[in-house]
Amino acid sequence: MDLLEYQGKELFSRHGLPVPAGSHAATPEEAVKAAEALGYPVAIKAQVLIGGRGKAGGIKIASDATEAQEHADAIIGMDITGPHGEGPFRVGELWVEVGTEIAAEFYASVILDRSEKKLLVMLSRMGGMDVEAIAESDPEALVKRHVDPIDGLTADAAAEIVAQAGIPGEYADQTATILLKLVDVAMAEDATLIEVNPLAVDSAGKVIALDSKVTIDGNALFRHPELEELAGDADGDPQEAMAREKGLTYVKLDGDIGILGNGAGLCMSTLDVVAQAGGSPANFLDAGGGSKAEAIIDALEVITSDPKVKAILFNIFGGITRCDEVARGIIEATGKIGLDLPLVVRLDGTNSEEGLALLADSGLGNLHYETTMLGAANKVVELASGSDS
Amino acid sequence: MSIIIDETTKLVVSGLTGREGSFHGLRNRDYGTDLVAGVTPGKGGQEVEGVPVFDSIAESVAETGANTSMIFVPARFAAASIDEAIDSGVRTVIAITEGIPVMDMLGTYWKAREKGVRLIGPNCPGILSPGKANVGIIPAQFFDPGRIGVVSKSGTLTYQIGNELKQAGEGNSSIVGIGGDPIVGSDFIDILTLFEQDPDTDLIVMVGEIGGDAEERAAEFIAAEISKPVVAYIAGFTAPPGKQMGHAGAIISGSSGTAQAKKEALEAKGVKVGESPTEAAALAVETLNAG
Repeated sequence: MDLLEYQGKELFSRHGLPVPAGSHAATPEEAVKAAEALGYPVAIKAQVLIGGRGKAGGIKIASDATEAQEHADAIIGMDITGPHGEGPFRVGELWVEVGTEIAAEFYASVILDRSEKKLLVMLSRMGGMDVEAIAESDPEALVKRHVDPIDGLTADAAAEIVAQAGIPGEYADQTATILLKLVDVAMAEDATLIEVNPLAVDSAGKVIALDSKVTIDGNALFRHPELEELAGDADGDPQEAMAREKGLTYVKLDGDIGILGNGAGLCMSTLDVVAQAGGSPANFLDAGGGSKAEAIIDALEVITSDPKVKAILFNIFGGITRCDEVARGIIEATGKIGLDLPLVVRLDGTNSEEGLALLADSGLGNLHYETTMLGAANKVVELASGSDS
Repeated sequence: MSIIIDETTKLVVSGLTGREGSFHGLRNRDYGTDLVAGVTPGKGGQEVEGVPVFDSIAESVAETGANTSMIFVPARFAAASIDEAIDSGVRTVIAITEGIPVMDMLGTYWKAREKGVRLIGPNCPGILSPGKANVGIIPAQFFDPGRIGVVSKSGTLTYQIGNELKQAGEGNSSIVGIGGDPIVGSDFIDILTLFEQDPDTDLIVMVGEIGGDAEERAAEFIAAEISKPVVAYIAGFTAPPGKQMGHAGAIISGSSGTAQAKKEALEAKGVKVGESPTEAAALAVETLNAG
């Protein structure tokens, strides 16, 4: 789960990491009020879950109430696309913070390095640009060091990282302390990524976190109830929010073919096979072992609430889950919600013949069935394009 | 032969008194696996369908000679159970539990390495050595004994490919689900090494998915260390960046961890990569029969 900048900064604050004073605002009026209280200049910052906000016009400095109003009006409601094509995300909330006069910009991060199975600390004296750009323009300027899984990051190790990164002496102690705290935050809050870019030096010589990018391990939210409450807030997409409420694993995509599969791997594979057949998947939805009608009703409700969906593919490989139970669930669910979109069901594996026989006898006109993934993909693509005419 | 589990496996199941643990543990016993014990703290002295239950894994090892532990414990307690298994004297720990916090696994991973205990999973379907033993949730009916080793991050995708191999008349030495979490006890490389050493494995099918770089590192390793043919399948070509696709580890971060990059890395080292599970199974059969 990714935190918005201000949520990350609140987390930093709780752990004693220095951040600029600021306020959250959901409307331009609230933004102006916050700016007046903080004193000018203020930075008005779009709160969306992607980098590159500055370049996209999502961060502006205001030196009086008129400018604060203008910028807040412009930023709320704008769409921002990320540097890797993420989004677009519509800006629904703002963070207004005291403007910082920047004397120097560094880069600091702590990430979970999956390859090495350790936390990795990174520090550079070149901040303000993205880490890939730093690594490309001057690899030596980016110091990387793994955290010992037993001893953690020691004060000596932190001081060495700071010296090696060439952080000027007058900021060295503050920066080393910040690195130690970032590792503490990662471990205490189950953060798999914490990036502070820039880690800025202000005009008073204080080193502060001017931005935050934090990812919390979704599997650890049970021990962070205060973070779990934020989970819903970040969900801009209505289907994703609905799926979360129903406890389904759902990811919204751009296409018009609704997908439901059992198992994450098989479901991903289903998206790929549909794309190879010339179709465009509307979503990822892993039904897990769920064969019961209630689970299928929930899944169908989420999928069909996306108005772009023209046809649906159920790809089920029955292992311990029995295909006849799945077939009964599908028939009951389609009847209950009055589904009229074409539905292609691929049943294979345990009791698939019984399941297919049940579908054949159901008398549901919009129900098509197949025994292979490729056959089912071709069929659903044909049905989705056919409903255009 | 087979890898990791076989006729000599003596299985202890942590969580045998739970619904899932008893269902799958007893299923494993029905298949022929030597299920010797269950463990649930506070329930020592009870029995589950004739299987003795102990308060600790170490006690079960002392009393029954268990050498393999399966973890079916709820996520928030699972890492502690794996740690307990690592210290208990078993040689292999297979963790089925999904949803263990990754920070918990950081310590547990290194503990297993340090003690020389083989950890499979978590968030995996387990291991099946057809005709010998089944530890986990893999439905055995789709797999016959044979010459193909399978190593996979995904459960159902493996059943899909296994079923296609069976229909083509081929079988498996072992099927190993390594799990879909960001940190798993054994990676592709660890399992590829075992299949390379197994005299009854002639070909290896590797099933990967988006996220991390385990497939890329496996590609390098295959080129350097593996003499047997490897056929791969990768899922997630249509996955958008930054979105977790079901498995905790299945996420493209920025521009790294894409299916395309994994496919290219494997193909650059001469590994054939199927476009679909069906094609991967067909490639495996074709390569095996050509060899």
